Amino acid sequence: MAHSSNGQHTSKPRPFPKGRQTPAQARDDIVVLLGESERNKEFLIEYLHLIQDKYKHISAEHLAALASELKLSQAEVYEVATFYHHFDVVKEGETPPPPITVRVCESLPCAIKGAGRLARELGAGLNAERVRIVRAPCMGLCDAAPAVMIGRRQVGSASVESVRAQVDAGLVDIDVPRYPRLQDYRAQKGYAQLEACRAGQRTAEEVIEMLTKAGLRGLGGAGFPTGRKWSLVREHPKPRYLVINADEGEPGTFKDRFYLRSMPHRFLEGMLIAAWAVEADAAYIYLRDEYPDAYHVLQKEIRVLEENDLCPPGYIQLRRGAGAYICGEESAMLESIEGKRGLPRHRPPFAAEVGLFGRPSLIHNVETVTWICSILEKGAKWFIDQGLSGHPGLRSYSVSGRVANPGVRVAPAGISANKLIEICGGMAHGHTFKAYLPGGASGGILPAKLGDLPLDFGTLDEYGCFVGSHAVIILSDKDSMPAVARNLIDFFKKESCGQCTPCRVGCEKALELMRAPKWDQQLLDELSVAMQDASICGLGQAAPNPIRSVQRYFQEEIS
Amino acid sequence: MSRKSKAKGKANGAVQKVVRFSLDGKEVEALHSETIWQVAQRHGTSIPHLCWLPEPGYRADGNCRACMVEIGKERVLAASCIRKPESGMEVSTASKRAVSARSMVMELLLADQPPQERAHDKQSRFWRQAKEMGLASSRFPARKEQEIPSADFSHGAMAVQLDACIHCNLCVRACREVQVNDVIGMAHRGSEEKIVFDFDDPMGESTCVACGECVQACPTGALMPASLMNEAGEGARQSERQVDSVCPYCGVGCQITYHINDEKIAWVDGREGPANQNRLCVKGRFGFDYISHKDRLLKPLVRRDDAPSKETLLRNLDRSLLMEHFREASWDEALEAAASGLKNLRDKHGGRSLAGFGSAKCSNEEAFLFQKLVRTGFGSNNVDHCTRLCHASSVAALMETIGTGAVTAPFTAVADSDVIVVIGANPTENHPVAATYFKQAVKRGAKLIVMDPRGQALARHATYMLQFRPGTDVALLNAMMHVIVEEGLHDSQYIQAHTDGFDALRKHLRGCEPEMMAQICGIPPSLIRTVAREYARADASIIFWGMGISQHVHGTDNARCLISLALMTGHTGRPGTGLHPLRGQNNVQGASDAGLIPMVFPDYRKLDDVAAKMRLEDLWGKPLDGDPGLTVVEVVHAIHDGDIRGMYILGENPAMSDPDLAHARGALASLEHLVVQDIFPTETALFADVILPATAWPEKEGTVTNTNRQVQLGRTALAAPGDVRADWWITQELARRMGLKWNYDSPADVFAEMKQAMDSLDNITWERLQKESSVTYPCKGDSLAGEDIIFSDGFPTEDGRGRFVPASIVPPDELPDEEYPMVLSTGRQLEHWHTGAMTRRAKQLDAIEPSASVSMAPRDIERLGISAGDRIRITTRRGTIELATRSDPAILEGMLFVPFAYVEAAANLLTNPALDPFGKIPEFKFCAARVEPLSSDAPESLAAG
Repeated sequence: MAHSSNGQHTSKPRPFPKGRQTPAQARDDIVVLLGESERNKEFLIEYLHLIQDKYKHISAEHLAALASELKLSQAEVYEVATFYHHFDVVKEGETPPPPITVRVCESLPCAIKGAGRLARELGAGLNAERVRIVRAPCMGLCDAAPAVMIGRRQVGSASVESVRAQVDAGLVDIDVPRYPRLQDYRAQKGYAQLEACRAGQRTAEEVIEMLTKAGLRGLGGAGFPTGRKWSLVREHPKPRYLVINADEGEPGTFKDRFYLRSMPHRFLEGMLIAAWAVEADAAYIYLRDEYPDAYHVLQKEIRVLEENDLCPPGYIQLRRGAGAYICGEESAMLESIEGKRGLPRHRPPFAAEVGLFGRPSLIHNVETVTWICSILEKGAKWFIDQGLSGHPGLRSYSVSGRVANPGVRVAPAGISANKLIEICGGMAHGHTFKAYLPGGASGGILPAKLGDLPLDFGTLDEYGCFVGSHAVIILSDKDSMPAVARNLIDFFKKESCGQCTPCRVGCEKALELMRAPKWDQQLLDELSVAMQDASICGLGQAAPNPIRSVQRYFQEEIS
Repeated sequence: MSRKSKAKGKANGAVQKVVRFSLDGKEVEALHSETIWQVAQRHGTSIPHLCWLPEPGYRADGNCRACMVEIGKERVLAASCIRKPESGMEVSTASKRAVSARSMVMELLLADQPPQERAHDKQSRFWRQAKEMGLASSRFPARKEQEIPSADFSHGAMAVQLDACIHCNLCVRACREVQVNDVIGMAHRGSEEKIVFDFDDPMGESTCVACGECVQACPTGALMPASLMNEAGEGARQSERQVDSVCPYCGVGCQITYHINDEKIAWVDGREGPANQNRLCVKGRFGFDYISHKDRLLKPLVRRDDAPSKETLLRNLDRSLLMEHFREASWDEALEAAASGLKNLRDKHGGRSLAGFGSAKCSNEEAFLFQKLVRTGFGSNNVDHCTRLCHASSVAALMETIGTGAVTAPFTAVADSDVIVVIGANPTENHPVAATYFKQAVKRGAKLIVMDPRGQALARHATYMLQFRPGTDVALLNAMMHVIVEEGLHDSQYIQAHTDGFDALRKHLRGCEPEMMAQICGIPPSLIRTVAREYARADASIIFWGMGISQHVHGTDNARCLISLALMTGHTGRPGTGLHPLRGQNNVQGASDAGLIPMVFPDYRKLDDVAAKMRLEDLWGKPLDGDPGLTVVEVVHAIHDGDIRGMYILGENPAMSDPDLAHARGALASLEHLVVQDIFPTETALFADVILPATAWPEKEGTVTNTNRQVQLGRTALAAPGDVRADWWITQELARRMGLKWNYDSPADVFAEMKQAMDSLDNITWERLQKESSVTYPCKGDSLAGEDIIFSDGFPTEDGRGRFVPASIVPPDELPDEEYPMVLSTGRQLEHWHTGAMTRRAKQLDAIEPSASVSMAPRDIERLGISAGDRIRITTRRGTIELATRSDPAILEGMLFVPFAYVEAAANLLTNPALDPFGKIPEFKFCAARVEPLSSDAPESLAAG
């Protein structure tokens, strides 16, 4: 019986429903990997880590299986997986990356110490089937530049020889830092402040008043008064969350890494006091993936807290970033914790009202909460007195670049760059102080002649700069300012989330314009203003700061 | 605990607060929900915008930054599309800062656009915006050649050229938030950010369902209807004229705008109708070229004197034989032949020797005339249409219990629902635009309970997916009701106030413990309990069902259970509640309302309702038959029995759509006289004596009534081709030649008469429809909107009360056995409409689903020792077909699913004609079958073609 088709086509039908099918094996792999716990879309990034950690890449089959396991669409998982640089999505027919990844930091403090050459030489000198070299942004080892990560192992002062030796020796896992354990910390009256709060010996209002009086401010970069933040969050209905931003990614900043590795319990106690004060239902810590050693420490010590009844099991949620500077922007961080791409949110509403999972959230930087116990122990006046006149309190300056002894320097608020250079043993041998970045990549650039300005929130506004996370990068006569600015803009270009036009296209076009020996200053000016005025978040708004600083202070190098 | 008293105010929305602020120095007021952009627009200031699309369903995203405004002393500018005004705010839309930021944004984007003269859409919103801002070029360097994304022409219907993409994200929102198909994503980041389909797959190989929402939303031409592109990928969305109408495919009733160039439909856009709010599916957007397909009937045809006998067609139903059987004729000759054949049989054998199948694809006016011809010209009630094959059982149950044949709430009511039950329906394929509302409701937080033996796309969105054993609906639903009654979750107050028969039902349900029913339906008792509680306890629950419920010998029982569920919990008559059988055809509701049903008059007035009969006899000046006529499948039997000798079939294709086709086609072949009126030479038309070529939907005017009871006006977009005529005109000519004195000038004339016969059309006039395009019935005033949600205070039954009708478990008619161990189910596919007469002649739809396949569980395919795509033979007690396999994990093991659109492997050769005793609907969803692999060297001639 030969029938004719109604249509013109007589080609074969698809053997499967539309789109990519999930092989049964991949489905089984994912089910095993995720275990028996309830599937939760908010854990998407954690699940992606599970796959990446186990298979050293994420195959399309596994990604499709994960999507169907989570009842997400393929696009929904793909866009998240490809947003974060630490996931290697490998499509059908593509070659998975080699088993070992060496990330070479290319951010400014490392770049001026030869990271570019290191990356090139490593690329030429290592077995490409076993090792790949990836240029990566700041990994918080700016005081030991140039820095690399071999697998999960952070290595400072890297050289081709040292990297090759460690690769050959198979040293790819973390170096567990030494730090005071719970019993050590308790022996120093650790958790006494938290217990006093919980026992009702202090009210939240009293603590808020104390912190306000002490002048403690948000040390992630924004400098918002801590006490006021707590009051604001408390105005909004429960459930509320506490979120710790441990996604320290601002090039030149490594103070939070320092605290997490060296005094985790001091940080955790401060965090739990903040959570207590806002009656948070849960405390989330969003830790950047560049700090696997800190992750190890926190994971371990959180379990210790749970075992010692200092917090209920599951109360502290430790979440891993996945290689995205933008997730240090607090609203992008919230998105990332929710398992999404790290796109900053529009404000208003602010996180105090609509934060994590749409609930009122108190968001703090690591250093900020780490100070809380000291202030409660020693009083607001003690803290104020540590600062310089008009600049209360202590700050942790991450000093890097052309100084003799870079490192985290706990120093009075309002200290000057010249003073910090002095504390760091002066300039490095053979270098003359020429310029400095007062606040990492975003805070602009100041010339040495302004080296006596007090470094604090608001003090640098008139100079087109800000102190931000207090990452001070010292530059010398050996450094070309247009090259420095290009390095910074290149960083913003790579780390822009891509959401808004001024930042996504602006960084790209700015970098092109800055490659010219003579800059089109008129156009760069207009572009800078538009980026500052019209970008959604601080990244795009601050990205042109290096351009404007170079135009303002180092005109001779670009015209 | 009556819920009526605590009806939620969601539908009305919260009372809006008013905000006062300064806009460009002028004091203005804004509603609390309004953005600065919206307020400015309202005050005559149009702020540039790209990523903001002021259309329903599109959330402002604020990413393009083309709409920046300056606010008081705020440090940075704000995106007016997303920022809401606050009291006392000072907003400047025209400050130098704002204007230069907006201009810089456009200049940045312009740098990488293909030049306008080579644009993919020369008329794009982007280029119009640039022109308004006085920008034509950019001072920024363009990106490097190697960074320009290459074109993706892998999808036949849509051209993807991301070199024009401005990352505005509208396509992502279109795909994910408006249509909720979740195919498009924004992958990677920063300057590498990229629009992707699935895992950055070619669009044509992705899970894309080609709804085209992204194309409609794209402001640059990066996504375009492929039909508008030249070979270089350039084009323009520009049309000479536009005609507003309604989609001709499914019962959703999407409003559309035809864009016409050179007297051809260039492309179709969704329009803001109440059912679709601009959305469309692949058929409604890309499925219109069938009207100019070469197979189109353009001249009347009459059977040749030397034609081979009709019986030869039973062996070889091949359309290429058309002109061996027919010759062209003048309208006069053809009409005379058609009418006289019918008239002679009537005069010789009486009116009951004739029957008519009208069409749910035609307008209300055409349906009304058709049934009037049968009742007054033929002289019997032997008139039916495809409702018999889809929801007859649902209508039977609804009429019996709550006195209506229509839905109690539109599908858009889900916006207010807390729990949504979808049972025996696959709306993402069959009612794609209705499904978008369900998926959106889930995103909002509603719980979705999907119950179906077959998995489906909606399952991914479902809170609970119950894949029960086919044919065990009553067991599952009775168990749910058992739980509700046992746990006291029923609404006693509602039951007392509005229903009858609860005690009998309660008694009946005693034996239906979940533990026992679970053994029948295969759903664990705990899950049955959970969903029963969810449904009963929610403030507002709503039920949708489809052919999976109705096309069974127990279809009426299935529907009775659903109605009982809603009645015992009081989940009708309030916002977010109701009973909604998803109607299939674009006008199956209207055709049924208009009387294309053998057991009732228009508006479902009973044949023994003396007043109704007298009213029609007065109106029509003819005596009417008071006895019920025959239904579709009964007609086929009656032909074989020699009781029916002549037929008039308008726009129906029983040679494909009836169960047990060999039997049905045999009946058609044995008719003494068959008149077929259609747009194509359908399989049914080949059996005709006279074929009358009719206008296709875009060529005619008329009203259609969708599943939501919305009466909508279709307008003429194109002139009729060749010698074709409007269906109403042809029917009138036949009527005149059969001795009736009809004198209608237009569909509007017919509509006026319908209003005299049908109270349901009160306050709905032709003029009003011309103005409003859509009015819902019932409608209580000529300036009032029709009522979406009905029966808040009783039912249109004699005593105003709803009735519980207990249902016992009746097994499917033909259970699997050793010889036929598998269960065959049939249905539709997204791309193909019913028997494929239109859609298989639409190029893009045909390209996506070019030929027949049977969907099977992957393990069943393995068990046959073959690979997905290999061909198999399916045999039932009635017939055999051969077709390719499709491996689909959504199919339960032991089941087969075959779409019935393909003549080369006609599913209905296999189906069981056993009928539901009440609705007379055949059991299309269940019969026993066996499969065997075909050897790979099977002759290609077995394949299509």
